[in-house]
Amino acid sequence: MSFDLWVLLVEQGWGFALLRGAAVTLAVGLLGMLAGVIVAVPLALLRWRRLPIFSQAVDGYSILVRGVPGLLVIYLLFFGSIEWVQRLATAFGYQNSADSAYPILIGVVAIAAISCAYSIEVLRGALDAVPLGLLEAAKSLALPPHVTFFRVTLPIALRLALGGLNNVWQMTIKDTSLVSVVGMQELMRSAAIAAGITRSPLLFYCAAAGMFFALTAISQTLFSHAERVFNRGFSRG
Amino acid sequence: MELDLVTYAVPFLVLGAKTTLLISIFGVAVGLPFGIALAVIRTSENRIVSRSADIYCAIFRGTPMLVQVFVIYYGLGQLDAIRSNPVIWWIVGDSLHTAILAVVLNTGAYTAEIFRTALLSLPRGLIEASQACGLSVWSTFRHVKFPLAVRQALPAYSSEVAIIVKESSLASTITVLEITGYAKRLMSETFAIMDIFIITSAFYLMMNVISLTSLKLIERKLSFGK
Repeated sequence: MSFDLWVLLVEQGWGFALLRGAAVTLAVGLLGMLAGVIVAVPLALLRWRRLPIFSQAVDGYSILVRGVPGLLVIYLLFFGSIEWVQRLATAFGYQNSADSAYPILIGVVAIAAISCAYSIEVLRGALDAVPLGLLEAAKSLALPPHVTFFRVTLPIALRLALGGLNNVWQMTIKDTSLVSVVGMQELMRSAAIAAGITRSPLLFYCAAAGMFFALTAISQTLFSHAERVFNRGFSRG
Repeated sequence: MELDLVTYAVPFLVLGAKTTLLISIFGVAVGLPFGIALAVIRTSENRIVSRSADIYCAIFRGTPMLVQVFVIYYGLGQLDAIRSNPVIWWIVGDSLHTAILAVVLNTGAYTAEIFRTALLSLPRGLIEASQACGLSVWSTFRHVKFPLAVRQALPAYSSEVAIIVKESSLASTITVLEITGYAKRLMSETFAIMDIFIITSAFYLMMNVISLTSLKLIERKLSFGK
């Protein structure tokens, strides 16, 4: 058995295929999360300021995406855009590169759309939780609004948002597995291919589970460390 | 959006909604007691037992549910011991049964986390008082710990119920036709991607609203006299 394992994972190269898949998963997760948070910050601000119309629109988006399964969002983005992307790529003569790059692009967009919806809620909650007294103090010091925002509101809100963003990230990295259903070659897809060809699904799906577990465990450790750094000077509890 | 499309799509989605509902109901009815049991085990004094429940929860919370579904459905079927056991094969040999099992195992781990924090947040003095009154371990749990923990845990559990409804969509990856499965089929059949998405999300949002409202009602009932 241990001999078989060696042949399968190293000599036939499936172990490396899985590791490459894990790298894609991590890259797509990171890009999606980054894009999601970058888009979520201004949207959360709109929501926080309660700007009419915009605020409702952001709310609607967030409720919709958080209320439906991630799989459905991925189907919408994938099936909904494949035709015109295909047409666009053919028009410019990039047919082949479009076929290979397309699932990854849609993967990142889908992951970003989902993580953005959750990040909006986290960031808005954090902005709402900034103590009013601090903002009044800043106002009484006659600080201009942008100074108040970048020097007072944002640092405090980010500290408060860290725990929530950790949850969003954990969810995001697990959600990347869903993109495999539309053909993105990430960890889950690599495992499925390996399982299909070698006819040993148990081994490869368990290996994929182990790699996902390693990813979430490592990022959990990093976040706990970040939380300690951000919480310097604050009493616990 | 044409009316034809709606009248064509809705009957399929209603059919799918029944399956989604079935999976979700099992997820709550079996997953909740299972999760509470896990939480009790995790807070127990016995180190080995509580550690193994901790590990179970860490594994199921640390890996995507899609992987869990595939391990159970494709992976376990590979083992002869499981194929030859009629009871286990009845569960993992059928895609719907597997989906239900995966949802139960997964939600159990998350529910355990919710109830563990609730159990840990109970005031120490209350439990000491019930011990001083001579209540047995079971009575302490039944009459003191559990009622208080439920109140604590219910708001978090209501969002877990919404998650169960959403996670049940993964059943479509192993050929179970529930809402998302039908939605995918309708999307590739009619090419009206956006319209189907809107109709389908209306189904999900309705289910979420119903489950969240009913849990709110239970919550209000339980916090009576607080």
